[in-house]
Amino acid sequence: MNRTTLDLWVGFFVAIGIGALLFLALKVSSFPGIQMEKAYRLEARFDNIGGLKAQSPVRSAGVLVGRVTDIHFDPATYEAVVEMRIDSRYAFPADTFASIYTAGLLGDQYIGLEPGGDERNLADGARIMKTQSAVVLEKLVSQFLFNKAAEGQSTQP
Amino acid sequence: MAGDFLVNIENLCFDYGDKPVLRGVDMRIPKGRVVAIMGGSGCGKTTLLRLIGGQLRPTSGRVRVAGEEVSAMRLAELYALRKRMGMLFQFGALFTDLSVFDNVAFPLREHTDLPEALIRDLVMMKLQAVGLRGARDLMPSALSGGMARRVALARAVALDPALIMYDEPFTGLDPISLGVIGQLIRRLNDALGATSIMVTHDVQESLLMVDYIYFISAGQVVAEGTPAEIRASRDPFVDQFVNAKADGPVSYHFPALQVAADFGMAEAGVPA
Amino acid sequence: MIRLLQGCANFLRFLGSETVNRVWRLGYASRFFLAVLLRSGAAFFRFRLVMREIWFSGVLSLIIIMISGLFVGLVLGLQGYEILQRYGSSQALGTMVALSLLRELGPVVAALLFASRAGSAITAEIGLMKTTEQLTAMDMMAVDPVARVVAPRFWGGVISMPFLAALFSSMGIFGGWLIGVVFIGVDDGAFWSSMQASVDFRHDVWNGVCKSLVFGVAVSLIAVFEGFDSEPTAEGVSRAITRTVVTSALAILALDFVLTSFMFRGMS
Repeated sequence: MNRTTLDLWVGFFVAIGIGALLFLALKVSSFPGIQMEKAYRLEARFDNIGGLKAQSPVRSAGVLVGRVTDIHFDPATYEAVVEMRIDSRYAFPADTFASIYTAGLLGDQYIGLEPGGDERNLADGARIMKTQSAVVLEKLVSQFLFNKAAEGQSTQP
Repeated sequence: MAGDFLVNIENLCFDYGDKPVLRGVDMRIPKGRVVAIMGGSGCGKTTLLRLIGGQLRPTSGRVRVAGEEVSAMRLAELYALRKRMGMLFQFGALFTDLSVFDNVAFPLREHTDLPEALIRDLVMMKLQAVGLRGARDLMPSALSGGMARRVALARAVALDPALIMYDEPFTGLDPISLGVIGQLIRRLNDALGATSIMVTHDVQESLLMVDYIYFISAGQVVAEGTPAEIRASRDPFVDQFVNAKADGPVSYHFPALQVAADFGMAEAGVPA
Repeated sequence: MIRLLQGCANFLRFLGSETVNRVWRLGYASRFFLAVLLRSGAAFFRFRLVMREIWFSGVLSLIIIMISGLFVGLVLGLQGYEILQRYGSSQALGTMVALSLLRELGPVVAALLFASRAGSAITAEIGLMKTTEQLTAMDMMAVDPVARVVAPRFWGGVISMPFLAALFSSMGIFGGWLIGVVFIGVDDGAFWSSMQASVDFRHDVWNGVCKSLVFGVAVSLIAVFEGFDSEPTAEGVSRAITRTVVTSALAILALDFVLTSFMFRGMS
């Protein structure tokens, strides 16, 4: 094996290896470092977050504007504290409303932001005051059944 | 007195597991000479070379090379010593992934910082000495047994060693190659001013070219002397070995039970 | 009765000696690993030695890795589409193909192929060098065989493995795309966007790379160890090659379980 041929082959091998890694990083996955170079942190508290996870998307009007970075439980208030990073290109009014939605009937859960009308914007590290918890399917179903039962009772003479 | 001997071996014992191989060998190899160590197959000759090179540690006894005790050396000291030793292995042990040229250049590249042009010249000189300058670009797989051994010889002397060891240099060679190797060993030894130890069981070839001979049997030196003394020797072992007799002090049979017992004739004839 | 007792005793003796042997060998292999690491300096100081081994174990495995990756991707595309279509979510095909390749199939299958293609070749090479006394000769020439022969092969394998696994996954995703988008007609945009939405760089791609790195260390170590430790006969070398492939396969699958349980615990 000639030296230069060997160098050439090894160089080719390493090049397509790195090419494959870049393909996996950029085309297959959503590489975090590139999408959100500049971001700011927001915090929101929910009574129930349902199936929300770290890395879940944050959307406004259906557009991805950030991701959930951390979720923990506050033992003082018994609430779930959700931290998220929002792309700094997007600013939201201070009275923005945060809700937890489900994509489709059985899809993943995400946070939806609905802007209010306040003059001031949410700053880095600020807390979203107005939140709505996840809809828990079991609660919904039991509520529905309970209502039906109550209806049935009231219509009886 | 000690200055005249390059290798001193005193009461050397070595066991493989619990099988004794050498039991109390004493040898002195004088500087500048070619010494042959002879004995039957599997009598510990190769083991002796390994002990001199420090690849094995003796069970007891001492091996000293140039006044330094090999058995007490740490690895770094051992490697420093081995740079002054060359060894020719039984089948050459050429590196199969390197060409003839690169094989001979290997010790030079590993141990010196010489410029490539100088290494080329040195390798060419060594290959010229063994008559294989024209084969420098061949791979070892393309060489015959005799040629491979000559290349290995060129590699063994690449660093101009003070001590050259040969492990069965004549095995499996045709008579012409055998004569060539024998002469080469002698010539290289004298040209380099080196000392050579040769382990072999080829008596006739050795008697022609060596200065001194040790006979080993059952892990001990049983006879020694110059070729003339050996030829004249009346020692039964030497007689058997030199004249290639099938039976003698070295038994033809592997140690076994009495024939009668082994063939199940004990009850019939021989009392149990 | 006495026979039975004797049989039991023999079995226990066999079990004991086997256990002692295995543990002893494991300890020996660990010491060997340490020695290889400690004597790797020369390999990096003279990187050309490692270059040759990257060629030997990486470049020569390229064809088999890429073709196998393509076929695995094609099969995943067909099977995945068939299953996902039942639930009316065939646009999730990209997600399924990418996640199964990146998390499991890419590193594991690439490592298995690597063990049988490059690992066995490394064992054979070192074993034959030992059989023909090349290692002893090197040692007698004051060149450490572990530093000169073993360490470059080890690092060549370790460096090649993540690249091979990434290539395997990439080819597999390409194969899935070929089946899903080109032949079956899943929407191209949906294929990639559903993939990008659910494949996370750190959790999926990076963990896969880490896995393949660990497998690379394990397979390369097993290969050089079995070669170096082989009995110096033709039969001994062939047994060592078999052991390399079998032990590597077991090590890859067991390590995969351990790594998966660490990496993906607490997710989803």
